[in-house]
Amino acid sequence: MPIKHPNLKLTRLTDALPAWTGEIGPDDLHEICRQVHDGGGRLVALWGSDTRQQDRGFQLHVLLLNETGMVCLNVQLSAEQPVYPDISQIFPAASRMQRATYDMLGIYAQEGHDHRKWVRHGAWHSGSFPLRKDFDAAASRTDEADAYPFVQVEGQGVHEIPVGPVHAGIIEPGHFRFSIIGERVLRLEERLGYVHKGIEKRFESMSLQQGAKLAGRVSGDSTVAYAWAYAMAAESIAKVTPPSRALWMRALLLERERVANHLGDLGYLGNDVALAFGFAQFWILKEQVLRNNAALFGHRYLMDTIAPGGVAVTLSAEGKRVIEAECAMLEQQVRILRGIYDEHAGVQDRFIGTGVVTPKLAAQLGLCGLAGRASAQAWDARVQFACAPYDKLDVQMSTYRNGDVASRAIVRFGELFESLRLQREILVNLIHEDEAPAALAKLPPNGFGIGMVEGWRGEVMVAIHTDAQGNLTRVHPHDPSWQNWPLLEHAIIDNIVPDFPLINKSFNLSYSGQDL
Amino acid sequence: MYQILKQIIKTGIKTETPPQVDESMRVDTQRLQQEILDVFGGALAIRQVDAGSCNGCELEIHAVNNAYYNIEGMGIKFVASPRHADLLLVTGPVSRHMEIALKRTYDATPDPKLVVAIGDCACDGGIFGESYASCGKVSNVIPVDVVVSGCPPAPTAILQGILTAISARKP
Repeated sequence: MPIKHPNLKLTRLTDALPAWTGEIGPDDLHEICRQVHDGGGRLVALWGSDTRQQDRGFQLHVLLLNETGMVCLNVQLSAEQPVYPDISQIFPAASRMQRATYDMLGIYAQEGHDHRKWVRHGAWHSGSFPLRKDFDAAASRTDEADAYPFVQVEGQGVHEIPVGPVHAGIIEPGHFRFSIIGERVLRLEERLGYVHKGIEKRFESMSLQQGAKLAGRVSGDSTVAYAWAYAMAAESIAKVTPPSRALWMRALLLERERVANHLGDLGYLGNDVALAFGFAQFWILKEQVLRNNAALFGHRYLMDTIAPGGVAVTLSAEGKRVIEAECAMLEQQVRILRGIYDEHAGVQDRFIGTGVVTPKLAAQLGLCGLAGRASAQAWDARVQFACAPYDKLDVQMSTYRNGDVASRAIVRFGELFESLRLQREILVNLIHEDEAPAALAKLPPNGFGIGMVEGWRGEVMVAIHTDAQGNLTRVHPHDPSWQNWPLLEHAIIDNIVPDFPLINKSFNLSYSGQDL
Repeated sequence: MYQILKQIIKTGIKTETPPQVDESMRVDTQRLQQEILDVFGGALAIRQVDAGSCNGCELEIHAVNNAYYNIEGMGIKFVASPRHADLLLVTGPVSRHMEIALKRTYDATPDPKLVVAIGDCACDGGIFGESYASCGKVSNVIPVDVVVSGCPPAPTAILQGILTAISARKP
């Protein structure tokens, strides 16, 4: 990634993806971020680590992405005053990540405009930081009241609807504060963090294999994407390339995860506009995919099928035939159902023009994944950074530019059909010779690796740092929902409250994946 | 409309036979009397509460609503408010941030009420365990009648747990 800056020396990571890393001081952060931003680049993730035991103070890690690849800036911060310049004015998506980084590590973005807590709701003292190595869990425990200053909208007839954390459906918990006039939404403010269960801290005490299991449970609907990204990061540190058969298997599993989730969401999108027929039909199809997963790979959602170094499952010739038959059946059935959705006046009336995110706003705020592609953001890691085996698959990206619920449904249909095509192509390439699996037992000391996979929701990233003994010292999983949640606040503006469930479902963002 | 009807007829009936009750899932003694169970009869209202799960268990709870398991066909439905519920279906290790919300949801549910904990995390804390951010299993926070293990448990196991909770205990 060509960034020209006198104080930045980049080192190429051994990785399935084009990725570089470089160390800088806090003073150079702005200029480099500005340069990447002006060149059309984006912020992928921002996290911190406590390296005081190695006499290196704290570190801030900023992962940036442009068309040529990724660069991870490691910003050195002092142990006494861990501060850095706010970058949310360049990348607005950084704001919540900076707030979370403060809650977890106590490193502070100077001149930022929003310093409210993000992850911490009062479960631990405000002066103690869970991801510091000297964090004392017992001593930090508190039930101190936590007054959170929501932004208030004032004016005649304006009132608030607080919703959650326990929502009125089978859905993860979070809090939404609607400021409305009549039924029209003037402003929505999200407050998340309710399912924060200490995943990042948990990684620190785990072996590489246990960590793989945990990575697969960061977000239950994206277990393949997280497990692959985790494995990719570990393999990058160990400089190991998995056997090609394992890589083909991973892609097969990832596409199956995408198909299952799109089927489920398309069903719920029908349900949310009172077409219960859509829910029944799509969920029959989803259930058939899940049952095949259980029969072929031992798990309905494919948990624990990917291990660092390879995969933990195989596919027999009979299994191939099952998947081929399933693909043919889905292709035919989904085509019929898409025709029904397309021609159903009630569905189209509710879908079109609802929850619009314009391409301009999407670009400004960094909307990514399938929601981004529905707003003309043509990013798909399987296309731009096609790691094996996607480099042999020629993935066709689905994009649309209206940015409404209808567009997100169209993109889902497009990706579903493309996934079916990819699965068939993968099966052709999945040759029946088991290569010796490269069992990855332990990682080398002081390593750093990044893995990124285009999950069904968007780019899933996992970064691994190892200590002097090669143990996991810091693992940071990043969900595309970080980028996309703020856009939901914009998508609902000027819509009516009853359309919120529909708009929300069209994005279907993760709570667990970002609360961690 | 013609296409929709054609598709419905072609799809046919997918619903399968529900699983048998399994007494080994019960962790608490029956807190309800037979008469009350008779009142519940074939009409049970469930409020689902995610208290910190990874969303895996939610996927399977969604699945019990699909045509194969057809939980509504048994007169059991999911409701939007704890005030309308007879049974709480709780998932996840209870995150410390959800502890109060879960307690309040429990208190808001009218007596007599049942609690079914779904998934390994809800049973014993699972892979997340107990930590500065997690209270661990659901019974650390509210009383639990029936636990359903699995990561996540299959829809049949979830159905079995619910049916076990509402069935009368055999002497």
